[in-house]
Amino acid sequence: MAMSQPAIRRWYLVHKWTSLVCTAFLLLLCVTGLPLIFHEEIDGLTRAPTVSAVIRPAPPPNLDAIVARALAERPGEVMMFLSHDPDKPIWYAITAPRVDSQEDQTHIAQFDARTGELLKAPPLDTGVMHFLLELHSSLLLGLPGEMVMALVGLVFLVSLVSGAVVYAPFMRKLAFGTVRKGRSSRVKWLDTHNVVGIVALAWLTVVGATGVITALSTPIAGLWQMGQLAEMTAPYKNAPPLRRLGSVHQAARVARAAAPTMSVSIIAWPGTFFSSKHHYAVFLSGDTPLTRKLIKPALVDAETGQLTTIQEMPLYVKTLFLSQPLHFGDYGGLPLKIVWALLDIAAIVVLATGIYLWLGRRRVPIEKRILELNSGGVPEAAE
Amino acid sequence: MSERKTVSQTTWRIFRWPLLIGVVSVIGLLAALVGDGWYDVLSWFCLGSCVILMVLAWRGWLAR
Repeated sequence: MAMSQPAIRRWYLVHKWTSLVCTAFLLLLCVTGLPLIFHEEIDGLTRAPTVSAVIRPAPPPNLDAIVARALAERPGEVMMFLSHDPDKPIWYAITAPRVDSQEDQTHIAQFDARTGELLKAPPLDTGVMHFLLELHSSLLLGLPGEMVMALVGLVFLVSLVSGAVVYAPFMRKLAFGTVRKGRSSRVKWLDTHNVVGIVALAWLTVVGATGVITALSTPIAGLWQMGQLAEMTAPYKNAPPLRRLGSVHQAARVARAAAPTMSVSIIAWPGTFFSSKHHYAVFLSGDTPLTRKLIKPALVDAETGQLTTIQEMPLYVKTLFLSQPLHFGDYGGLPLKIVWALLDIAAIVVLATGIYLWLGRRRVPIEKRILELNSGGVPEAAE
Repeated sequence: MSERKTVSQTTWRIFRWPLLIGVVSVIGLLAALVGDGWYDVLSWFCLGSCVILMVLAWRGWLAR
């Protein structure tokens, strides 16, 4: 079942143009992504606080005490979030001038989750790795940049599909995995482009698609806020303003009691983006590899300390949560990260050979290029 | 010369290897997500085999 010539020509043009549109962005993503795979390790070596290995045989510190300490460090500010590190015994206390302050006005203090001690460390939102992350996710342009990256990712997916389609006519007379080095260097790199591209195809597709979803996390959070969160807090819509902010320690305990196998991941203060004006939103994560990523919101009345409701996240939020590890490659230990890095380098090889092939054939009529595709890279079919 | 076949291959023959590699990759991508321990090892093995395959192809060991 061979494709018709016009069809091959169409797919070839789709592959060429979609690739040209996103190649520069993808090179940037691959190059910044490479060190970002080891974000945690690099930060751990260079700037993370030293957490003492000794565990004091005492009950874990009261969260209210940690909050009081965080607020004492930043006079005039209020609490926005308290977040627990998934791997290390650290609480991050995020404060800002107002509960609805922008991200660039927030401050993060780190506390030992076992002793409640303030840990000395450079701020999390500074340093080379943070810069690379901003460059990788938004070109340093914030939300508009994230939307550009989502678009780039979609174009990349089209380029992958069209690349797989034109792989067929090219390989019709070649055995799988052929790299011919005895002919021209063009044939060598064409073969390399094809074999590396087709072997990495599934990985590239998954990292590309989950990258698109991750780039859309701001609108997804907005949708959740207008949807499920609004629904969960509907009974409080016309309630009078909070008179008194109750204990956050109590709120965490109430939420944990409602989901005994889960542990607290993030607590959002009343009035922040992730809660209502009346609730502590306590986000709980599970204890299996899969449910660890799928956090679950519980709303606790910040005044009375009673549980209002606990729910499953909707499917579109769960999709986002599961996309993140599949994009970052941080879910299977250091060996998986190393494989991730090698596949990232394979992606760079595909991009670089793609540019080389395009540069070498720019002035050649398209018919000749299609012939190259059909003949497996050797137009002189008579030889 | 086995690298250049005289007869055109069917689409199935062209894509059977890529298809198998795709299935192995997906297993590798998902294994570490659903479990720890041996599931992680399965992930390393499956995704690592893709990298090894690329190197083998480039060294010319696949087309023999």
